[in-house]
Amino acid sequence: MDSLRFCNPKTIKEDNAIELLIDIVLLSFLVCIAFAIVRMKDLFAVIMLAGMYGLLSASFFVTMDAVDVAFTEASVGAGISTLLMLTTISMTGRYENTTRHRPMLALVVVFVTGSLLIYGTLDMPYFGSAQAPIQLHVAPHYINNSMSEIGIPNIVTSALASYRGFDTFGEVVVIFTAGVAVWALLMVNVQRRKNTEIDDANNSTHEQHFIVRFVAKMLIPFILLFALYVQFHGDYGPGGGFQAGVIFAAAIILYSMVFGLNTARRVISQPIVQLLTAAGVLLYGSVGIVSLLSGGNFLDYNVLSADPIAGQHLGILLIELGVGCTVASVMILIYFNFSGRKNDRELEEHKETT
Amino acid sequence: MDAGNDWAAAFFGLYNYWIVVVLMMVGFYIVIAHGNLIKKIIGLTIFQTSVFIYYISMGNVDGGTAPILADNISQYSNPLPHVLILTAIVVGIATTALGLALAIRIKESYGTIEEEIIQGMDNPG
Repeated sequence: MDSLRFCNPKTIKEDNAIELLIDIVLLSFLVCIAFAIVRMKDLFAVIMLAGMYGLLSASFFVTMDAVDVAFTEASVGAGISTLLMLTTISMTGRYENTTRHRPMLALVVVFVTGSLLIYGTLDMPYFGSAQAPIQLHVAPHYINNSMSEIGIPNIVTSALASYRGFDTFGEVVVIFTAGVAVWALLMVNVQRRKNTEIDDANNSTHEQHFIVRFVAKMLIPFILLFALYVQFHGDYGPGGGFQAGVIFAAAIILYSMVFGLNTARRVISQPIVQLLTAAGVLLYGSVGIVSLLSGGNFLDYNVLSADPIAGQHLGILLIELGVGCTVASVMILIYFNFSGRKNDRELEEHKETT
Repeated sequence: MDAGNDWAAAFFGLYNYWIVVVLMMVGFYIVIAHGNLIKKIIGLTIFQTSVFIYYISMGNVDGGTAPILADNISQYSNPLPHVLILTAIVVGIATTALGLALAIRIKESYGTIEEEIIQGMDNPG
């Protein structure tokens, strides 16, 4: 066991004192924010804190060398999730009740579980140890052989799209299913209302914010371009379909926030977004089927081209495209449905009062 | 002297995992003790993020760098946890959105998202 405990405090002090300090400070901030979230009753403040929590954990992932993960967490945790929660509380109310469900019993359960878990950590190999079991099994194969087997520098992309392509296919299907479920739950009949009625309401609120509209118009092309860069440069640097999809969706969501949902629906029609949601999953699946038909295993890209490395490149490009397509359109679909539901209810309330 | 060093090594070597446990328990407490459904979902996200931090911390190697192959670098952090967590984050937001959508529908049907009031309406008396 002791041989696993690789780092001794001497090396900590000399080599990575700064890294360790940043690590401890970031993690302590996370704990402070988590306790603040427990204490606060105002859900608006809680959601803002949750956004900060997302951004801080993204910074933490950067210090842990997980650049791809940090990228995703920054766009999801600090961006999209904050936005969806804000839209939700605008419909469900801003303050939570002060009553707690058996707080003492909950505290006891939490303390007992927590102590057992901490007791469990005492046997773990120390943080950063190169001899820990996790570092000795599959990872060395990926690190040593991915360049000759897959031929792209970003090992995370090699593992995500090729070695563990089947896993990723499952994840994409889960995202697709969640998107369809949200759509089924919140679907409003878009045709039911005359567009002019909603446009009037939108124009009155959106015309006031000239600076916001101007800045958004300037930024959106660059955000879209950046999303495409992340999509197609994912083989060589941090990035790939998941991050690109979320960033692309963020640009469209920004547009529909600033210019109104109906204007956005005129630019990007919802039926096309729904079609793209399924198209991404189908593209991913068909790459698998094609490799089956060409005599390989499911999602074995070596057979896609005469040269195995070229086949891997082609396969990864296609499935990343499928992932990007599905993720972006599911995020857009989710936002459209949340925001459409909100508009619909506001209109109904407006009608009831007049 | 050696005992002191051992304690320091244990503290710095396990600090990340202890923080993970604390965050996980904070999320767990919110889920079981708070009645507001939105707050519960936020509790679940905290719980979920603590697992992400756990995986990423385990993948870190002293003196390693981001797992993107480059010349003159011999030590990389473990890419496998990164792959698992990267996809988990995006799946997490999709399922969170599903939870929020359910909360909206519950609000529309019951007029509230406080668990105890909803239970009272379901089982009157």
